[in-house]
Amino acid sequence: MTVVAAPVRSAASRDAHPIARLIRRRLAIGLVTLFLVSVVVFLATEVLPGNAAYAILGHNATPARVRALEIELHLNRGLFDQYWVWISGLFTGKLGNSLANGLPVWGYVEPRIINSAVLVFVTGVIGTLVGVVLGAVAALRRDSWFDHVSSVIVLAVTSLPEFVVAIALIILLSTNVWHVLPAVSLLAPGTYAWNQPELLVLPVATLVVVIVPYIFRMMRASMVEALESDYVEAARLNGVPEWRVVLISALPNAIAPTIQVIGLNFLYLAGGVVIVEYVFNFPGIGQGLVYAVQARDIPVIQFIVLVLAAFYVVMNILTDVIALLATPRRRIAR
Amino acid sequence: MAAKAPAAPPAQPRQVRRIRHQWASVLWSAARTPRGAIGLGLASFVVLIAVIGPFVAPYQSAALVTLAFGKPSGQFLLGGDFLGRDVLSRVLDGGWVLLIMAACATALGIVGGTAAGVSAAYLRGVSDGIIMRAVDVFLSFPQLVFALLLLSLLGPKLWLMTIAVGLSHAPQVARVLRSATLDVSERDFVKAAELQGMRPAKVMRKEILPNLISPLMVEAGLRLTYSIVIIAGLSFLGFGQQPPAANWGTMINENREGLSLNPWAVVVPALLIALLTIGTNTFTDAFARVAIGVDRRPEEAALIDDLGQEAGR
Repeated sequence: MTVVAAPVRSAASRDAHPIARLIRRRLAIGLVTLFLVSVVVFLATEVLPGNAAYAILGHNATPARVRALEIELHLNRGLFDQYWVWISGLFTGKLGNSLANGLPVWGYVEPRIINSAVLVFVTGVIGTLVGVVLGAVAALRRDSWFDHVSSVIVLAVTSLPEFVVAIALIILLSTNVWHVLPAVSLLAPGTYAWNQPELLVLPVATLVVVIVPYIFRMMRASMVEALESDYVEAARLNGVPEWRVVLISALPNAIAPTIQVIGLNFLYLAGGVVIVEYVFNFPGIGQGLVYAVQARDIPVIQFIVLVLAAFYVVMNILTDVIALLATPRRRIAR
Repeated sequence: MAAKAPAAPPAQPRQVRRIRHQWASVLWSAARTPRGAIGLGLASFVVLIAVIGPFVAPYQSAALVTLAFGKPSGQFLLGGDFLGRDVLSRVLDGGWVLLIMAACATALGIVGGTAAGVSAAYLRGVSDGIIMRAVDVFLSFPQLVFALLLLSLLGPKLWLMTIAVGLSHAPQVARVLRSATLDVSERDFVKAAELQGMRPAKVMRKEILPNLISPLMVEAGLRLTYSIVIIAGLSFLGFGQQPPAANWGTMINENREGLSLNPWAVVVPALLIALLTIGTNTFTDAFARVAIGVDRRPEEAALIDDLGQEAGR
């Protein structure tokens, strides 16, 4: 981890693009994971606990209604058949209808996916910038008052549940102390999050407060490590100006491990949106999931869970690849 | 084993006792650092309220005794909730189920995750491949989403929620413990035990596990914090204890429409949850500093290790 291995000529380095090979490998693993995830979602909802039709209708349902629902959910067919119908529906857009409101699943979920994507993207960008900058500054001014104060605040905030942060912000900014922002982010039907940006402020602020501590901690730790390394020492001894040492020698090496944590935080956001969207009544995929679970709307649950899991897998691959590309010494060390 | 009877039996218990003593003293020295003391103090304060609360609550937590969102008064110190129940009584009554569930979920996640992670790292090969692939698959579900998926199928039962949250911890614990085991299983005393013909299960239990106490306890502290966050969150979403039961998570949700009338019905339960999670997390942090001596959480360290292996392969 700390020692840079001398470049060794090996079988792997004869390959024109060792990084390309790693990326291909990572993609293959990702595809396998994605397939297994779809199988798990399918098995969990269709097979595991007795029968989904009973789960939806309750145990005192009439046999005729159970039978009708079984046919609608394709529960009367074989296991492989059921899986095939479901998974091919994903690619053709024929996901069936919601059991709660009768709308087509895709039409119901699609605008929610877009709204949540906006929320996650805006939060991710703002949270990353704030976390990286504050973390780097804390590392550069190690043991200053800024470092100590920010470390204590970060430690306290790290562990706060999203809904506590959300409630605190609502009390502070919309209902009790100041009345400057709306406490709910209800969007008019047919409009998207960017049509009313002021409704995004509180949900984004909540999620930013929740993710910044992780990025901050990691950035500070790896920046401290980078600043104490031999190559930074060597650069300084060679008379390289301090701003170049920080920006060119230390920062890129400190960001690489942080990228993984940034990726982790995007992953966290896939789950974090559930509670935050529910608190603010923000019509995204997370709120959709909560409503679907309350109504036991199995087709919607299946689809939303799969979308969230797929996002997870893809983000995982992406962060691994970026982290590999962003670490100069890893490219050479092969 | 019988042939080596004179040497082995006295050595074994003494070693185990020494290790037990060691982690107890690490725990003690963590509690004496400023951070550790603050964390332990905050967590104990909240636990005390939750445990003693039900016995000292002035009213029945489900009784309608005052006005809906009534202001605090001498008789009702924290005012009334959305139905006119006494907020103070509900606060005192609303923590212990949450705590028990969080503790059970944490224990389940730690035991399951440790078994998977240690086996994967020690057995290597096919077992490692299968276990870690399964871990990857289950890591692809956000914890809360995984719990919601299970709850949607079996209904909001408390024991089920506990198991769902426990299971959702297991893959993350497995990942961290696998990384720690890889380190330990290369040491000489493990090799020595293997050469004596000790069975793999026994090597893992007697030789490897005692050396993983520190990362294990840090992990347990982290998971306890997350358990509280997730279980309180599920209660907030309405999937925990059903009305009219008092529960801090539920109280925040059901009383937030009256924030401007009686904010205490929301602020006090939220504050207690916050103090509890800050307390457990701060103490865990202090413990990690003393036990492992790093600024970094084990999950982050494990990530870096994984990345290093990936590149070194």
